[in-house]
Amino acid sequence: MSTQGKNKKTLGRLLLFAVGMVGFSFALVPLYNVFCSVTGLNGKTGGKVNPVAGMKVQQRKIRLEFLTMEQGGLKDDFRSKHSSMEVHPGKIYLTHFHVKNKTDKDVVLQAIPSIAPGELAAYLHKTECFCFTQQKLKAGEEKWMPVRFFLDTDFPQDYKELTLQYTLFDVTSSVTKNTGTGN
Amino acid sequence: MALGKYLKLALMTLLSIFVSQNAFAALNFNLRKGVTDVSHEVYHLHMTIFWVSVIIAVIVFGAIFYSVFAHRRSKHPVPAKFHHSTTVEIIWTTIPFLILIAFALPATRTLIQIEDNSKADVNVLVTGYRWYWQYKYMDGPAKGISFYSKLSTPKDQYEGVIGKDGKKTFAPRDKNYLLEVDHPLVIPTGKKVRFLVTSKDVIHSWFMPDFAIKQDAVPGFINEAWAKVPKPGIYRGQCAELCGKGHGFMPIVVDVKSPADFEQWASDQKQQIAKAKAAAEAAAAQSWSKEKLMALGKKVFAKTCSTCHGPQGKGMGPFPALDGSKIATGPVANHIHIVTHGGKKGMPAWKGVLSDADIAAVITFERNSWSNKTGDIVQPADIANTK
Amino acid sequence: MGTITDTHTEAHADHHDHKAKGITRWLFTTNHKDIGTMYLVFSLIMFFIGGAMAMVIRAELFEPGLQIVDPHFFNEMTTMHGLIMVFGAVMPSMVGFANWMIPLMIGAPDMALPRMNNWSFWLLPVAFTIMMITPFMDGGGPAFGWTFYAPLSTTFAPKSTEYFIFAVHIMGISSIMGAINVIVTIMNMRAPGMTYMKMPLFVWTWFVTAYLLVAVMPVLASAVTMVLTDRNFGTSFFDAAGGGDPVMFQHIFWFFGHPEVYIMILPAFGVVSTIIPTFARKKLFGYSSMVYATGSIAFLSFLVWMHHMFTTGMPIAAELFFMYATMLIAVPTGVKIFNWVATIWQGSLTFETPMLFALSFVILFTIGGLSGVMMSIAPLDSQYHDTYFIVAHFHYVLFPGAIFGGFAATYYWIPKWTGKMYNETLGKIHFWLSMIFVNLTFFPMHFSGLAGMPRRIPDYSLQFADFNMWSSIGAFGLGLTQLLFVYMLISTVRHGKTAPQKPWEGAEGLEWTVPSPAPYHTFTTPPHVD
Repeated sequence: MSTQGKNKKTLGRLLLFAVGMVGFSFALVPLYNVFCSVTGLNGKTGGKVNPVAGMKVQQRKIRLEFLTMEQGGLKDDFRSKHSSMEVHPGKIYLTHFHVKNKTDKDVVLQAIPSIAPGELAAYLHKTECFCFTQQKLKAGEEKWMPVRFFLDTDFPQDYKELTLQYTLFDVTSSVTKNTGTGN
Repeated sequence: MALGKYLKLALMTLLSIFVSQNAFAALNFNLRKGVTDVSHEVYHLHMTIFWVSVIIAVIVFGAIFYSVFAHRRSKHPVPAKFHHSTTVEIIWTTIPFLILIAFALPATRTLIQIEDNSKADVNVLVTGYRWYWQYKYMDGPAKGISFYSKLSTPKDQYEGVIGKDGKKTFAPRDKNYLLEVDHPLVIPTGKKVRFLVTSKDVIHSWFMPDFAIKQDAVPGFINEAWAKVPKPGIYRGQCAELCGKGHGFMPIVVDVKSPADFEQWASDQKQQIAKAKAAAEAAAAQSWSKEKLMALGKKVFAKTCSTCHGPQGKGMGPFPALDGSKIATGPVANHIHIVTHGGKKGMPAWKGVLSDADIAAVITFERNSWSNKTGDIVQPADIANTK
Repeated sequence: MGTITDTHTEAHADHHDHKAKGITRWLFTTNHKDIGTMYLVFSLIMFFIGGAMAMVIRAELFEPGLQIVDPHFFNEMTTMHGLIMVFGAVMPSMVGFANWMIPLMIGAPDMALPRMNNWSFWLLPVAFTIMMITPFMDGGGPAFGWTFYAPLSTTFAPKSTEYFIFAVHIMGISSIMGAINVIVTIMNMRAPGMTYMKMPLFVWTWFVTAYLLVAVMPVLASAVTMVLTDRNFGTSFFDAAGGGDPVMFQHIFWFFGHPEVYIMILPAFGVVSTIIPTFARKKLFGYSSMVYATGSIAFLSFLVWMHHMFTTGMPIAAELFFMYATMLIAVPTGVKIFNWVATIWQGSLTFETPMLFALSFVILFTIGGLSGVMMSIAPLDSQYHDTYFIVAHFHYVLFPGAIFGGFAATYYWIPKWTGKMYNETLGKIHFWLSMIFVNLTFFPMHFSGLAGMPRRIPDYSLQFADFNMWSSIGAFGLGLTQLLFVYMLISTVRHGKTAPQKPWEGAEGLEWTVPSPAPYHTFTTPPHVD
């Protein structure tokens, strides 16, 4: 093959490589999310999980601490019912979070969970959570929102506590027709 | 400053180094040991690796200097012919590899210690804002206490004042320049204190060199760090992640007290908070005169708002002007809303950070200053009633 | 076929030496020498622009207090200084050396894709014009650091950010096209007999660098596109509210960013590997291990990106992996340094200016490398990260590293480019002043960093004052000294002594078999290499 021909061939291959790397970097986004939800590496918890039948409730107790945080200028009295709970892995618990829309306009809110230490996020499973969907609140409306969860029976032996923080964001302006699904 | 003044200062500095030993005494060339067991371990690890690096450098540079001297052409006219040796390559691949393994072991141990955030006695929520910190105690004697911790160095020390001759002069500075706050974080000695770090807006970083702690404050996420400080004292740190123009102006001060003093402080704080709340409510209930509002508003503006919006409200960089702006001359309700609740492009929410009276005063000031002549008066009660 | 084609091509060569005149020559040239020259001139201009910004930074940091600029503008200066130096000065200078020297070193008549070569260059002035207009726009220019972390660069950034993104895209396309050109040239156009393991090391380091560029510049393009869509098209890559993660930005950015720093240094390694054997009059020690070390460094560079993120709240398993992987890079890097020392050992050394810069590169880059080993230790990084210790580290590997490599290359090859010798006394003065001032500027930064001074702050507390004053004095000296370099360049071109074909006694390589200055077209018939 002539030099020109060889050059064109190599050029083509390299261009493909470059384009492939663009695709790879965009693929990093879902890859990152999958990696994090499987390992809980950035403290993000997974989506809705169905309760496992026949779970054995364990004797040991884990202290689960709740933190709430409102982003930006939100002042919606977002707080947890309990500041902490003693939890047996394998047992399903129910707790609530309070929110009140103190403005005179309807709002749409999204709660984002974060767990510390991050690697324990993989062991906290929620069967029901207000963080799975955007929450619509009319002006002045207040409500208690449920979270139903259990700690995996494989919860690592050397950890005795974890912290769950919910950050509340105002997403009223970016709401689409469909209700988004958070984690 | 004229070049001459710079040169004089440079010369004086250089001379002072050679002339006075005291100059060196004042300088800290090395990492600090800090005050916790962890910071001591970090320091020792640092010193070990530092000295090994120095030895390696001495050997390598020594070989180079020797060769430069002994193998220069005038002394060594005939170059050797060798240009490879597998044995030697293996040796100087293996030895560094072994040295690195020797580093990795203590490093791993120290890291495991640092990352063990369990069994804390006190938990504090640390939230980064543009540009200050908020601390909230989650448990212990100070449970529920929450406050903001802002730079308290006076502006005339860092921004200076432009005199009548047009020249900028600075007020005298002391050793806590840019490292002092109005409301330090207080923690007890001898207890494991866990810091839960997050942010309200952009990424900040909570950096306490005396505790060997640096944890990024990421909005929407929570990170952890811990410290167990054996002795009382005051320790200072800074924000360590670029967060905008105030990045260099949001220091951290931790006042470590004995457990008894910590409990005393906690109960004093709770009393003070209750009193301040009552006072604020009382002030809010009153009706303020325009003069009173404008006077307080002018102060609040100069202290808090002018940093971004400019000393004459003309804006700076990405921060908009208030003089002649739609918000400051349009409907009062919008002006109140954006100051209390913040805006989408980075305007912070000031309700709860500034008192209702401060907010009412500064809004009144902004609406009646420069070329803004709305004549509007906003009362603290208006802010209190804002939802 | 051989001889007839040869004379035919020779005749054509003479015919084509009739260059265009004036601005059209430079606008439309496809000649690798012209394009190399344009890259070098462009990078020199950008070096001074980025350097001027550094002078503003160091003037403000000369003393405590905000004397000259306001904090927001200071952040613009640090951001633009970083962007311009990384993307406008260091990288294009290396591409300039590649364009000039790779065809000459492998006996090729030109780069494989000469027209694409022209586009690669001319995209750069376009990109940087856009970049440099941003500070004059409403809201100011980028002020979020050259690393533009989200959400500072998404939600909280000024309107000019879209232009910054556009400039980065254009510049990225230029880099990718340039890198592809280098790879295709090296793979397909080596003279007969020049196997891969006979290529000069400069060609090898550029070969590896070019693969790194093609691999990671697209990742930067994606990161910057995600910032664009987060800002304008309702995506939430980096916004927690929408399910995104600001830390993911850092992953994507540093996946590009770490190989990027090796992109900046590997060509300089190649330059040093060319110059030291010449002035030691001794072959490069361990040629094959130098090649393997370069490849290992490039491979490992993909596995260490999270060492820039040790304080973001990583789980310990990740911290340990990245700490070990980062420490590992010290091994092949150390091998290269030892090989250079073994090259001069028992050689017969003379110390012309290129050799001075090359030797000081070895010494000062080692200092930067050792501070890098310190930083790789994750528990220590909690004290070093985002302080001036890091600033000291990267300036040591970039200034007395990459830039001194660039100076060395210029002094070494300018006789071949221009046919004139530079003034050796002037060169030595430039070297010694740069050497003194670069250390005065950046060595004290190790101390202010260890003392706890954070990066990217316009004002600082008093215990950092002395270190900052020394750094600023050094910086002013360093900046002024570079004017000497410009003077040297101009006076060499104007009235330098005529240079012989091979001015350096110990030099080897095909580039020295052509006249000085190199004719417009060289190796129109490929030489045979044995």
